[in-house]
Amino acid sequence: MSTVATPASGRKPEVQKEDAMWLQKELINRNYAELARARAENRKVSATFVPGNLNELLMCFDFARSLPETNALQNGMRKKSGKFIMDAEREGQSEDVCTYVKADLGMMQGGEVGPTGEPLPRPDVLLLSYTGCFTFMKWFELIRHKYGCETVMLHVPYQGEGRIAPNMRDYVVRQLKESVIPTLERISGVKFDIDRLREYMKESAKAEEDLVAVLQSAKNRPSPIDGYFGAVYYIGPIFTAFRGTPEATQYYRQLRGEIEERVRLGKGPVTPDGEMGEERYRLIVEGPPNWTSFRDFWKMFYDEGAVVVSSTYAKVGGLYDFGFRHDPDHPLESLAEYCLGCYTNLNLPSRVDMICRYIEEYQADGLLINSIKSCNSFSAGQLLILREVEKRTGKPAAFIETDLVDPRYFSAANVKNRLESYFQMVRQKRGAAVGAH
Amino acid sequence: MRCFIGIDLGSTTTKAVVLDEQQNVIGRGITNSRSNYDTAAAIAKQEALVNGRFHLFRQALAQTGALNGQLEGFLAQLERDFRAEQYLEQLDDLAVTCQRSLASAKFGDDAKVVGEALDEVFRRIAAEAPALFAPGARRKSDFFRDIAGSQYLAAGEAVAKELGIRYDYLLNVFDRSIIEVENRVYAGSIRRHLLAALERTFEAMPGTAGRRTQVEAPVKGILDTEMEETYVVGTGYGRARLPFSKEHVRSEILCHGLGAHVMYPQTATVLDIGGQDTKAIQVDPTGIVESFQMNDRCAAGCGRYLGYIADEMNMGLHELGPLAMKSTKTVRINSTCTVFAGAELRDRLALGDKREDIMAGLHRSIILRAMSILARSGGIRNEFTFTGGVAKNEAAVKALKELVFENYGEMTLNIDPDSIYTGALGGATFAWRAVVEEGKTAEARA
Repeated sequence: MSTVATPASGRKPEVQKEDAMWLQKELINRNYAELARARAENRKVSATFVPGNLNELLMCFDFARSLPETNALQNGMRKKSGKFIMDAEREGQSEDVCTYVKADLGMMQGGEVGPTGEPLPRPDVLLLSYTGCFTFMKWFELIRHKYGCETVMLHVPYQGEGRIAPNMRDYVVRQLKESVIPTLERISGVKFDIDRLREYMKESAKAEEDLVAVLQSAKNRPSPIDGYFGAVYYIGPIFTAFRGTPEATQYYRQLRGEIEERVRLGKGPVTPDGEMGEERYRLIVEGPPNWTSFRDFWKMFYDEGAVVVSSTYAKVGGLYDFGFRHDPDHPLESLAEYCLGCYTNLNLPSRVDMICRYIEEYQADGLLINSIKSCNSFSAGQLLILREVEKRTGKPAAFIETDLVDPRYFSAANVKNRLESYFQMVRQKRGAAVGAH
Repeated sequence: MRCFIGIDLGSTTTKAVVLDEQQNVIGRGITNSRSNYDTAAAIAKQEALVNGRFHLFRQALAQTGALNGQLEGFLAQLERDFRAEQYLEQLDDLAVTCQRSLASAKFGDDAKVVGEALDEVFRRIAAEAPALFAPGARRKSDFFRDIAGSQYLAAGEAVAKELGIRYDYLLNVFDRSIIEVENRVYAGSIRRHLLAALERTFEAMPGTAGRRTQVEAPVKGILDTEMEETYVVGTGYGRARLPFSKEHVRSEILCHGLGAHVMYPQTATVLDIGGQDTKAIQVDPTGIVESFQMNDRCAAGCGRYLGYIADEMNMGLHELGPLAMKSTKTVRINSTCTVFAGAELRDRLALGDKREDIMAGLHRSIILRAMSILARSGGIRNEFTFTGGVAKNEAAVKALKELVFENYGEMTLNIDPDSIYTGALGGATFAWRAVVEEGKTAEARA
């Protein structure tokens, strides 16, 4: 597998990435290539969402797997989303709604060419696993309206009480058995084999174990990783079309090795400009990143010596650090629990608990919330989270506003101003705390 | 003497504050930041240091008792004379620069007569200068561009008419010259101007001339005292332009928080409404910022909103507050968006609402927006300090008082007359702390 680690062609020399980051990029690109070939190879195509997705299950039916959110963010990073969003707005989409949706719809209008420039096939089935975002439903409704393709919905109950009750899990399992699996069988023409699912899940659990080790390596000082900007690369394979594949398992094994070596050498994270200098601030970040100005945004942090030791976004597809692993012995139940436990399905008190726990366990200086202008789902309650975390931990928190993939909503001067103020505030508070002792 | 300086490079004005070793504010300076941030910073600092010299004159002259009873009058006259000297020097520079611009202008045969017109215009403006700096004279602005500009336009129009030349030739020359002049710092001539002004003051106040020696000695002593820039801290939107290392730069959030704390040590919540942004800051009892919120990239409801409304109504910015205070009826303006508010304003006028009532509604809508930002930062806690340019507007203050009372009950509301200098004061305090408390020395630019 060592050849896999070779940097992808077309690499810009000035951008620095860890080896595993190059490998991740190659995996993601490989999936786009697979999607591009799907029609020629007579493969059926599924589209589904990232949070709590059922990748292992979809693989059981040989689907090529497309994830519209990932497509949108990839287009954002490649500076293509601005035009797509404008195109979608011209077609009647509102200015204020989720820009992932508009980037996706705009991309379709533009001839269904994916982020890598290869064709993106229209899906045969839309698997809508509803995990906390109501917009998801409307999004797939729009796609279904456009393509007339089948939609199968998995309703995942919200963790309103802050826990997964047995009847919630049973409810999801029953839907899987009675509705999702039969529909996928019918569309794909492949008979469901639970042992195949178990095999994938074994791989998933291995990768999950290594991912957790990687993310928790940030408890070291200095942190060898950035748990937000760096972690978005790390979570790429596991939250998309690769969880359950040997490639993902291999990827996370290699990544863990690299990171453990960094810990041994006492090194900080790798940034696009090389090794990060002195670690001056350790932060927890809540909310997705801005993809269109990703590198500029990250630079505002590492230029100041700010490393994100943990983020809620790195758990958006699924939450493993508090013990969940896919369980081959109880495959459907475990899929259900996975869906139920992803970050977007947690209620506000659970999110607050999680952040407070991160602040303590990762010895963070404070919390930063990146509120997404066009995300109604994530943004609701964020100021309450901020206030509550401040109250409970006594650590400073701050709030910035950007967007997912709409370049019009990223105001660099404004964001930088607030970030600098925040970093200085952290420093000042730290100084005061030392003085008081 | 050691001086600690804070410079706040705002989007419209640049402010500087000088502290002495005992942390007393000894000088404040302000200039417009329109054309060039580097010059604006240099000038604001220079103005604050000049202001600092006056502070020291006052101290020294008060000690000697040489001007007993006439001290304030004397210093006021001295300052006016000094401003006049400064103004005349810059005016000369402008005259020379205009002639130079004329030489490169393509006015053809008209160039000669335009040159003569320029001479006449500047002769008239110079003749009017003393009146501009006479006791009790009212100036619309203290910035050279504004004063000289309005004088030039008025004199230019008259001269153009008299000589039968095109007025726009004169405008053209002025436009091509003013930025160049505005961006020059006349640091070398301050001492000379002060000494010249002193002579003028003795002339203007003959009663004091008899005590010339007692007055001159301390003034010259202070002029000979070096005001050492021990440590400078910069803040504001233009802070990245300052020729400082990172260590000398602080965000305006921290500077406003600390500045407000220095002015009012009991301050818990600070609201700053500036030209382009609104900040709500919570500070702890030692002046450390606990949390803050700002407007997002949209500057709705900031000072610029009032500027826009003033333009729409064809009024001066400073006239809006007084007009709104005449209101007798509440008109609700829903929009804090600058553009929408313009539409709403015209709509309301068309409906027959009175201008003062609409103005009151507009001020209230700005404060409503600020209330939301305050709520996000954690609400208003006693004591509450309001800073920034909008704090000078009585109608905004009235709306704020009402809304704070409605939402939070009785609170102490502090508004310092020098609130525009809050950020610079915070910066100067950081500079003072860095040296006096932390033993730091100034760092070169990184």
